Amino acid sequence: MKLNIKWALLTMIITISTVLTACEPLLVLDPKGPQAKTQADDIMLSIWLMSAIVIVVLAILVFVLIKYRASKQSDDYEPPHIEGSLLVEAICIGIPVIIVIFLSVISIDSNFKVESTPEGYEDQEPLIVYASSSNWKWHFSYPEENIETVNYLYIPAGRAIEFKLYSYGPITSFWIPQLGGQKYAMADMVTTLHLAADAPGEFMGRNANFSGAGFAKNIFDVTAMTQTEFDEWVTEVHETADPITEDKFEELLEPGHLGRSTYTGTHLEFSPAPEHNHGSTDSEVEESEHENHDPTSAVEEMEHTNH
Amino acid sequence: MKVDNSLPLEYSTEENSLKILGFWIFLGAEIMLFATLFAVYFTLENRIGNGPSGAEIFEITPVLFETFLLLTSSFVIGLGIHAMRLGNKKATMVFFSITLLLGAGFLGFEIYEFVHYIHIGATLQTSAFTAALLTTLGTHGLHVILGLFWGLFILIQIKKRGLTPETANKSFIFSLYWHFLDIVWIFIFSFIYLKGMM
Amino acid sequence: MEFFKQFAVPHPSFLIYGAMVSIGLAMLAIVVGITYFKKWGYLWREWITTVDHKRIGIMYLLTALLMLFRGGVDAIMMRYQLSMPENTFLDSQHYNEVFTTHGIVMILFMAMPFITFFFNYLIPLQIGARDVAFPRLNALSFWLFFMGMGLFNLSFIIGGSPDAGWTSYFPLANNEFSPTVGTNYYMIAIQIAGIGTLISGINFITTILKMRAPGMSLMKMPMFTWSAFIANVIVVFAFPVLTVLLAMGTMDRLFGTNFFTTDNGGMDMLWANLFWVWGHPEVYILILPAFGLYSEIISTFARRNLYGYKSMVASMVVISVFSFIVWTHHFFTMGQGALTNSIFSITTMAIAIPTGVKIFNWLFTLWKGKIVFTTPMLYSVLFIPLFTLGGVTGVMLAMSAADYQYHNTMFLVAHFHNVIIPGVVYAMIAGLTFYWPKMFGFMLNERIGKWTAWIMSIGFLLSFMPMYITGLDGQARRMSTYSEAAGFSMLNMVSFVGAGIMAISFVLLVYNIYYSIRYASRDIGSDPWDARSLEWATHTPVPEYNFAVIPEVASTQAFWDTKKNGHELFKGKIEKIHMPNNSGWPFIMACFFFVFGFAMVFSIWPVVIVTLIGILVCMAYRSFEKDHGRYISVKEIEETEAKLRGAKK
Repeated sequence: MKLNIKWALLTMIITISTVLTACEPLLVLDPKGPQAKTQADDIMLSIWLMSAIVIVVLAILVFVLIKYRASKQSDDYEPPHIEGSLLVEAICIGIPVIIVIFLSVISIDSNFKVESTPEGYEDQEPLIVYASSSNWKWHFSYPEENIETVNYLYIPAGRAIEFKLYSYGPITSFWIPQLGGQKYAMADMVTTLHLAADAPGEFMGRNANFSGAGFAKNIFDVTAMTQTEFDEWVTEVHETADPITEDKFEELLEPGHLGRSTYTGTHLEFSPAPEHNHGSTDSEVEESEHENHDPTSAVEEMEHTNH
Repeated sequence: MKVDNSLPLEYSTEENSLKILGFWIFLGAEIMLFATLFAVYFTLENRIGNGPSGAEIFEITPVLFETFLLLTSSFVIGLGIHAMRLGNKKATMVFFSITLLLGAGFLGFEIYEFVHYIHIGATLQTSAFTAALLTTLGTHGLHVILGLFWGLFILIQIKKRGLTPETANKSFIFSLYWHFLDIVWIFIFSFIYLKGMM
Repeated sequence: MEFFKQFAVPHPSFLIYGAMVSIGLAMLAIVVGITYFKKWGYLWREWITTVDHKRIGIMYLLTALLMLFRGGVDAIMMRYQLSMPENTFLDSQHYNEVFTTHGIVMILFMAMPFITFFFNYLIPLQIGARDVAFPRLNALSFWLFFMGMGLFNLSFIIGGSPDAGWTSYFPLANNEFSPTVGTNYYMIAIQIAGIGTLISGINFITTILKMRAPGMSLMKMPMFTWSAFIANVIVVFAFPVLTVLLAMGTMDRLFGTNFFTTDNGGMDMLWANLFWVWGHPEVYILILPAFGLYSEIISTFARRNLYGYKSMVASMVVISVFSFIVWTHHFFTMGQGALTNSIFSITTMAIAIPTGVKIFNWLFTLWKGKIVFTTPMLYSVLFIPLFTLGGVTGVMLAMSAADYQYHNTMFLVAHFHNVIIPGVVYAMIAGLTFYWPKMFGFMLNERIGKWTAWIMSIGFLLSFMPMYITGLDGQARRMSTYSEAAGFSMLNMVSFVGAGIMAISFVLLVYNIYYSIRYASRDIGSDPWDARSLEWATHTPVPEYNFAVIPEVASTQAFWDTKKNGHELFKGKIEKIHMPNNSGWPFIMACFFFVFGFAMVFSIWPVVIVTLIGILVCMAYRSFEKDHGRYISVKEIEETEAKLRGAKK
């Protein structure tokens, strides 16, 4: 029987190590941006710490099982009655408490990091991208550049990106593993996700939250490029793409899968993001209208300069 | 059935004391049920969509009547239990009947209130706020309806079987239920109506 | 014709038709079999109308085993579908239905009845009582649960299964995105079963508080009873939340209310919040009794008292409190902000502390023991490292910033299977093997049992370890397929192979039951494991009144004291015993609930009204009914006792 577990473990280790070495590094542990880096560091740290705990437990278990098994003891051995010991139990509580405190500090620190503009990128204004999902597509609106894309995302590398997420339908989750963790996109509020890419590259992005029949293929491509390339792309789009209209957008929202497409203008003009809070109080509505106004006025200015 | 005469009639057998404890635990579950409903109500209170707000639809008069009727009925059932402990079958039955009549009166006003809401366009479907409001009130109302039938059955049993350990036990448990509904109503009155009207 | 169309399955396939035919044939075979052997009367008298906690327990057990296989088939289908990229075995709609029903069946209709089986069978025996506090209510609990289970499984062949995930997040679960009746089944079937669970929670709490044998103070209860007590307290506080939640979901779907819609003020996040306010405590409802069982088994086979009894109890109390204040960790990514996430991150990690205390206490129970490796012990010994692995990945998931990367991925799937399978499923099988001789008078084969445990563990590791890796490689959960380029096809194949190995172990479990029925010795006495608590102090098979004389208890391991220290358990003399009468009303009332639920699912209002009246009439009948139970005479008890003592020797 003991042979069995050895073999099982050995097979496991061999399988895992071959898989780990044969393939490219796992996406999450191969970060290409500061937020993903923070998360990957946390993950690796916790893996090491937790492995240590598992090994300690396993070692104690194997030790007692071998030492105190019945076949090794004399027939008249009567195990003692032990109620418990305050000291031992205090240690059993104390050490986990210390570990939890340690991890809590790291966790809190990382929480505030991933919820703010990525470190080292604070000097530049972040690029604002409205990312909205519909069954089963992603729409990316660039209010400052006044363009909109479907199912692909171009971003400048080396600059913070502030995603404004919402959904035309079920709850979805916007996830680009190599740039950072996910966040939900919902129909009645806008969530904010801060990401940045350190260098140009291509990444996989997807909806991670189950959203119905077409969920598996609810993916998008992310390309990070230099700021110059990005500006060139924006100019090119303005020269070649058709403007997005209300009818066209309604058509895009129809359930199904679509390839990539590109438009000038954004749907925010006629179908604004749900940034208000359902008219709970009047002042809040006014405030959010102001907020809504800002990007549109920026868009108008952009259009002027472009003409 | 072992009857212990040193205890009040409703506690006098082992089965009776089990039932009373079990009912208290059931009331614990009921507290969670209404707590959840209140949590939902407070979350959705201001999410009125295109419908009316609480301040626009609440009317103080029927609510005051409802409160008065239910509070009085809770007091009367207390008198009923007192009479039961004194072994006065007739007084117990009178007090129970008054309780049920007051409860029915409460229900009448509540039905009027619901009809009124629907008339002025605050239906279940109007908004998240109206749905939460009507569900919370409706759950309480359903409890009262069930209570009326239950109380009636107990009344019939007291009439037919007298004040036995069994009927006393049932009456006592029913009184706990009735007081509980009263307490829930006080919360509804304070945190839904008064808060909404302010 | 229009009327009948709604009952058709919306996305039929060969598999579903095959299943329909086989379910139909199985039903027919059962009916024909019972009729042929003239067992209808027996079934009605001895099982359907029973109020005996032991028989109700065994009915829970049968349901749980049945559902284990249904959920298991779902699991195999999923693993096969994902074993190859672009597999077309299941289309996405079917895949969605399969993982939805797998989750619900395994949690609510397999694990829940399995632990309820242990509650029913063991609590009265462990505390030295003759039945639960409310035997009639106990029967009602079972039948409500059973009808909920039946209604849920009916969705498979009439109208279509739910397909919005076992969490059924709105707005996905609303009519717009889930137009079939599947989610109606979800709302109503779980509601009916949930009411049953809530009632049995009240019943067990009352039983434990009021019906303990003389001398058994709360701190002298066996550990399983303690865990059951705490689990049932959680039931009473958590299940009403589910009741309200499902009622609101039903109203949104059937009456057009706006609780969880995205306009008119509805709030989809409210569903997620309330779901997990119930859902997280639910996990502890499952795991605490499992801990209780491990405590019993480990202490029995280490031949030692349980180490740190007080800290075991304290840790369970702490876990039960914390279970209500961690729910947000199921959606750290909803955008509550860093502060909220930090708070819930800490509370979640804090749960690891009492859980760790339990693990160490088990290790110290083994210390200085005299460890016998029986099958139940083998499961418990395998449980400790495997569960620790699941526990520490839970701590990893609790770090909210990192959770942005784990959330909704296979890493999460691996984690919760890693706690539920070694935690709950192993405990259920270990407990089943441990208590099998108490229930049926013979032991399961040890050799086959040990093979089962090893094979299950190997299968488990192979199925779920690869998921940690593919999760970190970007495989989202609930994806019905993936492209070759994604690069995790090989690991998914390993996982499928592991699932196959686990399936073999479950087949082996069934074979073991068959083999032992045929060949196992019936001459095992009433204490085959040399165990420690009261349930082993009575005869095997247990007479309907459990104990001829109510035992008197002086320590946490009363029976052990009797055997080793000469403690006298049964002091009084035999007196006539009061027992409750059987009743068919719980079954009839549950049948009304079943039809009511079915009519609700399809919005057939006249039937809804009629059955609702039927339910109320049943309640009214119960109110007026005079039922004082019956007495078993001293002579009858003495005869039974003599016969059972004879059987033993």
